[in-house]
Amino acid sequence: MNPTQSGLLYLLAGVLFIFTLRGLSAPSSSKWGNLFGVIGMILAITTTIFIIPDIDIILAISAILVGGAIGTFLALRLQMTALPQLVAAFHSLVGLAAVFVALAAFYAPEYYGIAERVVSGTQEILYTIPGGDNSLAMHALMIKTGSLIELALGLAIGAITFSGSLVAFAKLQGLVGGSPLVFRGQHLLNALLLFGVIALIVFLVREQSDVIIWSLAIIAILFGFLLILPIGGADMPVIVSMLNSYSGWAACGIGFTLNNYLLIITGALVGASGAILSYIMCKGMNRSIIKVILGGFGGSAAASATGPKGPDKPIKTGSAEDAAFIMKNARLVIIVPGYGMAVAQAQHILREMVDLLKKEGVRVAYAIHPVAGRMPGHMNVLLAEANVPYDEVFELDDINPEFATADVAFVIGANDVTNPSAKTDRTSPIYGMPILEVEKAKTVLFVKRSMASGYAGVENPLFFRDNTLMLFGDAKKLCENIVKALA
Amino acid sequence: MTPNEWIENARKLSGHADQLNADIKNLAEQAKQIIWQQVNAGSQDHHIVTALTVFVLACFVGYYVVWRVTPALHSPLMAVTNAVSSVIIVGALLAVSGAAPIFTQIAGFLAIMLASINIFGGFVITARMLSKFRSKSNISRKKS
Repeated sequence: MNPTQSGLLYLLAGVLFIFTLRGLSAPSSSKWGNLFGVIGMILAITTTIFIIPDIDIILAISAILVGGAIGTFLALRLQMTALPQLVAAFHSLVGLAAVFVALAAFYAPEYYGIAERVVSGTQEILYTIPGGDNSLAMHALMIKTGSLIELALGLAIGAITFSGSLVAFAKLQGLVGGSPLVFRGQHLLNALLLFGVIALIVFLVREQSDVIIWSLAIIAILFGFLLILPIGGADMPVIVSMLNSYSGWAACGIGFTLNNYLLIITGALVGASGAILSYIMCKGMNRSIIKVILGGFGGSAAASATGPKGPDKPIKTGSAEDAAFIMKNARLVIIVPGYGMAVAQAQHILREMVDLLKKEGVRVAYAIHPVAGRMPGHMNVLLAEANVPYDEVFELDDINPEFATADVAFVIGANDVTNPSAKTDRTSPIYGMPILEVEKAKTVLFVKRSMASGYAGVENPLFFRDNTLMLFGDAKKLCENIVKALA
Repeated sequence: MTPNEWIENARKLSGHADQLNADIKNLAEQAKQIIWQQVNAGSQDHHIVTALTVFVLACFVGYYVVWRVTPALHSPLMAVTNAVSSVIIVGALLAVSGAAPIFTQIAGFLAIMLASINIFGGFVITARMLSKFRSKSNISRKKS
């Protein structure tokens, strides 16, 4: 296969990847999108295998099979509630793969077409001779400066993605506490490490040495760890999106090194995608990306709630039977699910409850806040898994005008995203965050385990309103009791 | 002119011719070198510009395509981009060339394996998620 043919096939693969993302614009076309992605990837891999003259095909295929078996196993066994941590783990693998590719290229530049040999002042570009004697080329090979910069960037971004995602994984999995780990001089240390990464890239360009490239890898890995460590659990949706973006830029860096347009196109697509998702998540929380990265949000430090304390004010509590009665007599019920629902695994019983309500002639809709769940769109997947049709699930902007006409807002496992003080209280840490306007509904039913505040540590004034009924208890148990009362 | 002198002159002449020949070859070689250098230098500049062009345009394509993705499918989007970004396997495959140094081969093997975990895992999980997204009519049809 000549370079023109392989280039065209790579282009086709790139176009297929664009169609993959395009397919996700609607659920109906999304399965096609995924199929396009699979075809594109097969095309990319087979084309590559054909253009490498003396590829060790057994080694390559066995690596693909081993990795493929592990990946398929993990993906099939996954519980959808654990989706964010698996995605984080996968990001870390892309990062590590980028690091390995960069190191492989550094030690055998002639195989990557990025080597040059200094011959009495003139520079001669070396290419490997397939099957020929390349032993001469092994030694004293210089990597072209431009390629070296690209390679170093790919390595650094890959290393940061690797360790950063590893921390995100550990936090999401609960291996380390979700609360931010902050210590004195942290920002200074991070700034120093970032400076170190940049300095090492400069040194590497001036002197192409083993010591420098390994130091670069280690410092970048350390930087990734310390960058994500201070970030609290509430900000994880932003971080997972951001690392998604990084994994794309790492692929881009490698693409520039290899001068492979497919890698550049794909890396840019993924990078843009992750960046947009981070932006959407930040907007959903009214936090700037800078603030998120500086960290320290969502811990006990924020627990000093603003406004009057709970015990001073009366709250109304109700039972499952009360809730069943109210909802049965409603015309429109809007359900606001949050991560608490997913933790209690209440989505299936919730859908049963909704089915019974529909039989009574009640109209039901679901309202999803952009940052519900632990990653973008997480709640939609959890509801879809419980057989909730996607055309009953609405985004914030579409559903907010409906609350005024709703008889009941049924809030289950969500808190901060319904807090009206985000609109009124300038001193509140969540001020400016877009919220689901449940307070406009005639009655608000709050399913909660206790009066504890949400992630942001802010008290919700909704609890003390006259038209709010608190339903204390485990979300799953409560829904089961409501189902019993309805039946 | 004695025959000997004649032979001597002829020899000298052929010597000059050889010399000239060598000079010409030398010149040609030098010219080739210069041309090659310029071609290479030119094509290198050209490569980085083309690569940057592709990169910037791809960023724009990504921007517009991703904004059109419905928020309900943001999780599948993330899973599928994760699979797709593992296209760096292309770079890893270059390293398992038969004659490459052993370190490169090991790094290549590991990179292929890690990328494959992502590719298979990412696509399978996306397919699993997408299979759950059903419309109202779809679900009632399934029940009946």
